Amino acid sequence: MIVRIMAEGQFEVADDALDQLNSLDDAVESAVASHDEEAFGDALSSLLEAVRQIGKEVPDEELVESDLVLPPSDASLAEVEDLLGADGFIPG
Amino acid sequence: MGIMKRMGMVFRSKANAALDKAEDPRETLDYSYQKQLELLQKVRRGVADVATSRKRVELQVNQLQQQSAKLQDQAKKALAANREDLAREALTRRSGLDQQIADLQTQHASLQAEEEKLTLASKRLQAKVESFRTRKETIKATYTAAEAQTRITEAFSGISEEMGDVGLAVQRAEDKTAQMQARAGAVDELLASGALEDVTAGPNDDISRELDALASASTVDSELEAMKRQLGTGADKPALGAGDVAPDAVAEEKREGQA
Repeated sequence: MIVRIMAEGQFEVADDALDQLNSLDDAVESAVASHDEEAFGDALSSLLEAVRQIGKEVPDEELVESDLVLPPSDASLAEVEDLLGADGFIPG
Repeated sequence: MGIMKRMGMVFRSKANAALDKAEDPRETLDYSYQKQLELLQKVRRGVADVATSRKRVELQVNQLQQQSAKLQDQAKKALAANREDLAREALTRRSGLDQQIADLQTQHASLQAEEEKLTLASKRLQAKVESFRTRKETIKATYTAAEAQTRITEAFSGISEEMGDVGLAVQRAEDKTAQMQARAGAVDELLASGALEDVTAGPNDDISRELDALASASTVDSELEAMKRQLGTGADKPALGAGDVAPDAVAEEKREGQA
């Protein structure tokens, strides 16, 4: 599965690593839900770092659609809320 | 649902709708090509550096060889002058130089091999970069075509929406026309009944109405006059039956008509 970190690139992550990422992802989500800026920053960094470590970087010239997208490492809580809010909690 | 999934859904729907500029693969490809060109430039600079070093070693070897020849010459001259000690010294120095020359020649050979390898690598890299450039342009063209296709689809959906709007406008126009026709009919009726004054009529209308009234009154008068004349002389031409009307009644009627 392809995970894109916005403004950084794509990573090929093995499906069995998804559970680990999901627990980190839940931490990000709960930080967003509770509007905890500090917890959000920490949780996002851990999640992105995990993707970088577990995943294999997809070369720039390879064009593949991302299955999952993550906010850029310098994203603020408000920006992430804004990104998600554009289409509501259940987009499409 | 986690942030990853939600972001993925948001961006997939956005990418389909707007082909997000920030994620434009054409820019990524151009960037990648730029990086490859930079790498090629670095390799070429490496080749030039190695070639320069090789030439410098060559120069050093030449200088040392000249010096070595000179020392040998000096040794010969010293022997000719029966200065064996001097000749020995010259030859000792020369052997030291020969060792240096041998070392430099080994260095030269390895530099030359390095240069050849780098030149080959540079050529291969150039070919790769060139083929990447072609592929990049193909991918970009394909992407642009896909983008155009998306725009066309969007435009079509836009057109159908507009057509819908046109249909609605026509409907509205029809409704309005029917409404206006109904209103015109009602106004006509009201005008005819006298409930509404005809504002389109000019200011002379009252006068013409009065004139019309006068005209119709005089017509009535003249008709009456004609009838009376007929009746007055009418013993031979009875209009109402002979003897039905007494001459006194006629005279009375005549007086009333004159009044």
